[in-house]
Amino acid sequence: MTDIISASNITVTRDNKDILDNVSISVNSDDFITILGPNGAGKSMLLKCLMGFYKPEKGIINRAPNLRIGYVPQQFLSEQTLPISTKRFLTLRKKVEEEEIKKIADETNIKSLLEKPLHVLSGGERQRVLLSRSLIGNPELLVLDEPAQNLDISGQLAFYRLLERIYQSRSLSILMVSHDLHMVMATTKKVVCLFHHICCSGEPQIVTKDPEFVSLFGNDMAEMMAVYQHGHNHTHEGHTHD
Amino acid sequence: MIDAFIFKALIAGIIVALVAGFMGCFVVWRRMAYFGDSLAHSALLGIAMGVMLNISHNLAVMISSICFAVFLVWLQKKRVFATDTLLGILAHAALAIGVITITLLEQRIDLHGYLFGDILTVGDEQLWWLGIGGGFVIIALALNWSSLVLMTIHEDLALAESVRVPRLEILLMFLMTIVVAVSIKIVGILLIASMLVIAPAAARQLARSPEVMAICACLIGSISVVSGIYFSFEFDTPSGPTIVATLAAFFAILFPLSNFYRKN
Repeated sequence: MTDIISASNITVTRDNKDILDNVSISVNSDDFITILGPNGAGKSMLLKCLMGFYKPEKGIINRAPNLRIGYVPQQFLSEQTLPISTKRFLTLRKKVEEEEIKKIADETNIKSLLEKPLHVLSGGERQRVLLSRSLIGNPELLVLDEPAQNLDISGQLAFYRLLERIYQSRSLSILMVSHDLHMVMATTKKVVCLFHHICCSGEPQIVTKDPEFVSLFGNDMAEMMAVYQHGHNHTHEGHTHD
Repeated sequence: MIDAFIFKALIAGIIVALVAGFMGCFVVWRRMAYFGDSLAHSALLGIAMGVMLNISHNLAVMISSICFAVFLVWLQKKRVFATDTLLGILAHAALAIGVITITLLEQRIDLHGYLFGDILTVGDEQLWWLGIGGGFVIIALALNWSSLVLMTIHEDLALAESVRVPRLEILLMFLMTIVVAVSIKIVGILLIASMLVIAPAAARQLARSPEVMAICACLIGSISVVSGIYFSFEFDTPSGPTIVATLAAFFAILFPLSNFYRKN
């Protein structure tokens, strides 16, 4: 296991406030890390620093040379006045073979959408299209910024299932900002809790018991997670039902 | 035989239509219509300055428009008022001061001509300005086409794929100042925004890709300019407004198609 991307002690200051305060994080090959934190905690900023489109005031970002990163942004509202087909959007500014598009379209189930205009797609379809675009060029790291934020529950579930399938079938790492921890609990290997500084990090089961996690998200959230994990462990430990 | 002045008017009008066709697509996609309109309003102050300093009005308008854009961006960064409020203040203040300055100047200036355009008095110098300025705008847009389209669809995505978004935003503003400067003579301060908006909006109903939309906008603009000049001759109406009315007619005819295309 080697670091493919890491931040060491980075600090980002805006309007005299530390958005990120001495944050360190590293992503190994084959990692699946979910960053969790309240709104305005600096999660997106951390992603921006890692991907190199914002330079932190202090600290160092290390990326493996020629690291191929695929980025899946938050939901977008497609401008109806700009006519563009899904396929054209996928290949915009990218050199990509017809074969690869077909393969990815199969993987993400967007084959029937390729010829449709982008602006008629539903929220879930758009997220799959954005995910597909990020997969072009066989990335080693996928960075996702609240990818399922505006989807309904079933849409979120479907999206995370797809992401899990992709994580298992391709050899790539995933770094994701998400509020839907309960959705990714089973897949994510590591949770990083961010509130300007890193409050706690580790396996999801451990993090949810951390006092800092409880103080950040309140007892309800922690308990909800605990219930979920109980159900999760249940099958593993082979308890019999009452 | 076409008279030389009509020939020049036709050439000038077609160049404006082509430039406005390409630029106008971004105006429609990125909602820059009010920005364009405001730049044009502020141009009157530039013209007044140009007369005072005795320099070409194209150059004077470009300089005043760039100052306008820089001042606007500076005010936007303060984040006190929304952009449309700032534009409303700046544009009309500049227009008002421009009218006052022109009235106070000793020289007689054809205010009407600047407000509504006077395509039939286009001279050789103006044609040069149009050709070089317009060519520059079209080439700059074509060279950055995919990046501009991508950042219009999703800015963060473009940033993540190393598109220089802030630089391209400044480029778009700069190109707008050129478009405004070189086309004032043709359609006038009050009607420039309509050239930028109506042809692309009409073209939207016909197009299924960004490039086709731009090309359709150029065609619709050119046809409107040529027929507008013809109508203005035939019925002895002012040329700028006649061109814009023709454009509007195009839009009205094509608009019913939008229901069809929305479903496709």
